[in-house]
Amino acid sequence: MNHSSQIVESAEQTVAEMSPPPAIELRNINKSFGAVQANRNVDLIVQAGTIHGIVGENGAGKSTLMSILYGFYEADEGSIQINGKPARINSSQAAIAAGIGMVHQHFMLVANFSVLENVMMGAEKGFLLKNSIGQARRKLRELSENYSLHVDPDALTDDLPVGQQQRVEILKALFRSAGILILDEPTGVLTPQETEQLFKILSSLRDEGVTIILITHKLREIMAITDNVSVMRDGEMVAHCQTAETSTAELAELMVGRKVSAATRSREQFLGDIRLKVENLSVAGSLGNKLLDDINLEVRSGEIVGIAGVSGNGQSELLEVLSGIRPLSQGQITINGQQFKAEDSYNAADMRELKVAHVPEDRHRTGMVTAMSAWESLILGYHHDSRYNKGILFDQAAIHEEAERLIKEFDVRPGDPEIKSANMSGGNQQKLILAREIDKSPEVLIVGQPTRGVDIGAIEFIHGQLNQLRQRGCAILMVSVELDEVLALSDRILVIFDGRIVAEVNGNEADTMTLGLMMANAHEPRSSQNLKGDA
Amino acid sequence: MSDLLQPLPRWIDVGVIPVLNVSMAMIVSSILLLVVGIEPVEAVTIMLHGAFGYDEGIGYTLYYATNFVFTGLAVAIAFHAGLFNIGGEGQAYIGGLGVGLAMLLLDSSMPAFLLLPIALIMAALFGGAWALIPAYLQAYRGSHIVITTIMFNFIASAIMVYLMVNVLIMPGQQSPQTREFAESAQLPFMHEVFAWFGVNISQSPLNLSIVWAVICCIGLWLFIWRSRWGYETRAVGFNEKAAVYGGINPKRVVLISMCISGALAGFVGFNEISGVHHRLILNFTAGYGFTGIAVSLMGRNHPVGIVLASLLFGMLYQGGAELAFEVPTVTREMVVAIQGFVILFSGALAYMSTPFLTRLYNRWK
Repeated sequence: MNHSSQIVESAEQTVAEMSPPPAIELRNINKSFGAVQANRNVDLIVQAGTIHGIVGENGAGKSTLMSILYGFYEADEGSIQINGKPARINSSQAAIAAGIGMVHQHFMLVANFSVLENVMMGAEKGFLLKNSIGQARRKLRELSENYSLHVDPDALTDDLPVGQQQRVEILKALFRSAGILILDEPTGVLTPQETEQLFKILSSLRDEGVTIILITHKLREIMAITDNVSVMRDGEMVAHCQTAETSTAELAELMVGRKVSAATRSREQFLGDIRLKVENLSVAGSLGNKLLDDINLEVRSGEIVGIAGVSGNGQSELLEVLSGIRPLSQGQITINGQQFKAEDSYNAADMRELKVAHVPEDRHRTGMVTAMSAWESLILGYHHDSRYNKGILFDQAAIHEEAERLIKEFDVRPGDPEIKSANMSGGNQQKLILAREIDKSPEVLIVGQPTRGVDIGAIEFIHGQLNQLRQRGCAILMVSVELDEVLALSDRILVIFDGRIVAEVNGNEADTMTLGLMMANAHEPRSSQNLKGDA
Repeated sequence: MSDLLQPLPRWIDVGVIPVLNVSMAMIVSSILLLVVGIEPVEAVTIMLHGAFGYDEGIGYTLYYATNFVFTGLAVAIAFHAGLFNIGGEGQAYIGGLGVGLAMLLLDSSMPAFLLLPIALIMAALFGGAWALIPAYLQAYRGSHIVITTIMFNFIASAIMVYLMVNVLIMPGQQSPQTREFAESAQLPFMHEVFAWFGVNISQSPLNLSIVWAVICCIGLWLFIWRSRWGYETRAVGFNEKAAVYGGINPKRVVLISMCISGALAGFVGFNEISGVHHRLILNFTAGYGFTGIAVSLMGRNHPVGIVLASLLFGMLYQGGAELAFEVPTVTREMVVAIQGFVILFSGALAYMSTPFLTRLYNRWK
C-alpha cells in the first residue's frame, strides 16, 4: 500500500518520521448508551500492514468500538484517523469509502445468489447488470489470484461450506477496495482445519499490505496469528502489547482482571445407570431430507457426554428432539425407562415431568422470553408447578422469594427480579437459565452451547455448575462448538457430522486435531493421508 | 440507523404519545370545523359539556364507554397472544343473538336472578364460539386470523339479517325486531338502581353491565399478569419458540385466548340486548367492535389504559351527538368524521410519531 502521499498531512504524528502513519488511530473514544458507558477514553493504534487482535470479555466494549469504526454508531467524543487523515465515519458507506471492510460474525450473504452476485451486490454500476457482471468477474479473478482466495464465482452461495462463505465475505470487502479488514469472531463457525486455512489467508493478506483487526475471545488464536494485541475490559483499553512479548495467561488475567483457573474435569468416576438412551433415532426435515440419521447413544448417571461438531450438522435438532420440542420420525428415546416413539405425541412439558432439564443453544430466542422480567423468565417451563401457584393465580410471594434466592445463588446481575430479561448481559441471561434448570435437580440435563457469548468469569462458574451436577449423578448431554469446552468437560465425546454420529472417543484420549478431522468427517485412514499437513 | 437509538421510556409511550395522537386528530378536526365556519374551541366546549356537563350526558358517555371496554379488552387479550382479532363486531353481534334467543325462550318461565346470569353466559358462549372457529382455522389450518375474523363479521351480519327478517321477527310487524322481553329479563338501568337507594338521576341507557365491565377489567388483568394461563398467553405472543421450549402448546393458547376475546366482545350484546333494547334488533353493534381496536391500541392493551381510552371514545360519541344537536351546521356525518380522525390517529397511525419522538428523546437526553 502506498501511504507516501498521506505522510505530509500527518505532521502531528508522534510516530517516527520515516514510518508510515498508522492505518487506524482512535483517540479518546467515548460512547454511552443511557447510563452505561460502553467505551471510556479508548485509544487504539493499528499499524498498517499488521494483524491486530482485540480481546475482551463479552460486554467489554469490543463490538461497540468496532461499530464506531465501521459507522454503525457515532462516538460521543473522540477522533478517528484513517491512514493519518482525520475521518468522520457516520455510516457504513463512509467506512467503506474510507477503505474499511467488515466481516461479520453472522455472514451477510444472500443464500440463493451466486458468489459473484454476492460480491458485487450494492456495488453495481450503470443501468444494465450485464456490464457490471463482466467487470466484477474480471476484478474478482484478479483479487482471487492476488490474494490466493479461490472460490468458484458461479457457485451458489448456499452450496458452499462455511469456510468458503467466509472467503466470499472477505472478497466482498476487498472488492470494495478495503485496505483495512475487521473480522468479528471469524472462527466461531469453523473447524480447526478451516481456521488454519483462514489464518493462512490472513497472513497472505497481511503480506499484501492489508491491515487486519481480529476480534476474538480465543486467546490461542491471538497468539497464533496477531502481531499486536489490545485488551479491553469494562469499556476501557487496559493494555496494548506485542503478541510476541505476552502470553495466554497474561492476556486472560488482563481480560478478567484477576487470575483465571482453567476448567479441569475431575477424573473421578461417578458412573451410574443409563438415564438417557437413544436408539435408531431419525428426524426428517420439511423436504423429507434426514436432519438426524440413525442416531444411537446413551448417557449414564454421573456422566457428561459431549457432542462435537461443526454447527449445522444436526446438533440443534438433536437437542430439540431430546427435550421434546421437535417430534422424531423414527426410532425411540428412553428416559428413565419411559419410551418415546414417533407415534407418541409429547412436548417439552412431558420431558420436564421426567426431570429432563434443557438449557437451549439460543438463550434469546428459545431459553427465555426476553420481553418478560427476570422472575418471569425464572419460571418458564415450570409455571404450572404447584410451588408457584396458589389456586388459580400465581403465588407472587413464593415466586419472588425463589427468584431472589436463585439470583443470589447463581450471582445473576443486576440482582433485581423485576428487570426485563432483555436488559441483562448474555452471561447473566445464561446464568438465569442455568439457575432455573439446575435448581430443579434434574436427572437428565440437555445443554447446548453452555458458554456461547459468555465472559470468562461466567464460563468458570458455568463449568463448575455442570461438574457439580455430574457429581450429584445427573446425566448430562452437552453440545458445544467450542472444542476446548467439549474436551475439558466430557467423559465421552461423540462426533456428529451431517446428522450422523461418526465417531466416539473417550474424553481422556481425545485431542483437538483428531476431533477436528472427525468433525470434517475426514478421519478415514486414506483421506487423512491427504491432509497430512494438518495432522 | 434507528436500531442504535434508545427506546422511548414508558411514560412517553403510554402518556405522551396518546395525548399527541389525540391532539393531532383535534388539529385536523379543527381545520374541518373552521372550513364550515365553526369555532373549534366552541365546538370542543359543547362536546365536553355534552359528555360530562350533566348527569344524563355522563350516563350516555359511560354507556358508550361500557361497550368500548368490552371490545377493547377483547382486542387486548388476543393481542397478548400475538393475534389481531378484527372480528369483535361479529362476535358482539352473535353474542347478542345468544342473549336474545335465550331470553325469548326462557323469559316467561324464570325469575330475573336466573335469567340475567343466563344472558351473561349466553353472550360469552355465543361470542366465544364465533371467535373459536377462526381460532381453530388459525391454529390447525394456518388460515390467517385477520382474514377469517373479517369474513366472520360479514357472515354474522348476514345470519342476523336472515334470522331477524325471516325467523325471529315479531308477527304482524314491519320492522325486523323481536318482541320485547319480559321485565324479569331486563337488566336494570343505573337510574333505576340509584332510585332503589333513593337517589334520583336522569334516565340514560347506562345499566348494570358497567359493573360487569369493571369486573372484566380486573379479571382480565389478573388473568394476563397473575395467572399461569395468562403467562402462557404472553409467552406465545412474545416468542412462540420460547413458549414451545417452555412446554406450552401455542395452538391451545390461540384457542383459549380467542374464546376469551370473543366472550368479551359478546358482552356488548349483553349490554345492548339485556340492558338497553330488551329485544333483538338489527345493527345494535354500531361499530363498537371496530372502535375497540383503536381503544385497545390507545390503551396499550392494558385494562387501565383501555378504561381511559374508552372514556375518551365514550365522550367523543356522546359529545359528538350533542354537538350535532346543538350546532345545526355540524351534521351527523361531521361528527363521525371527527371520531374517524381520532380512530385514525390513535389506531391506525398510533405509532406514527414514535420514530420522530425517539430521535428527539435521544438528542435531548
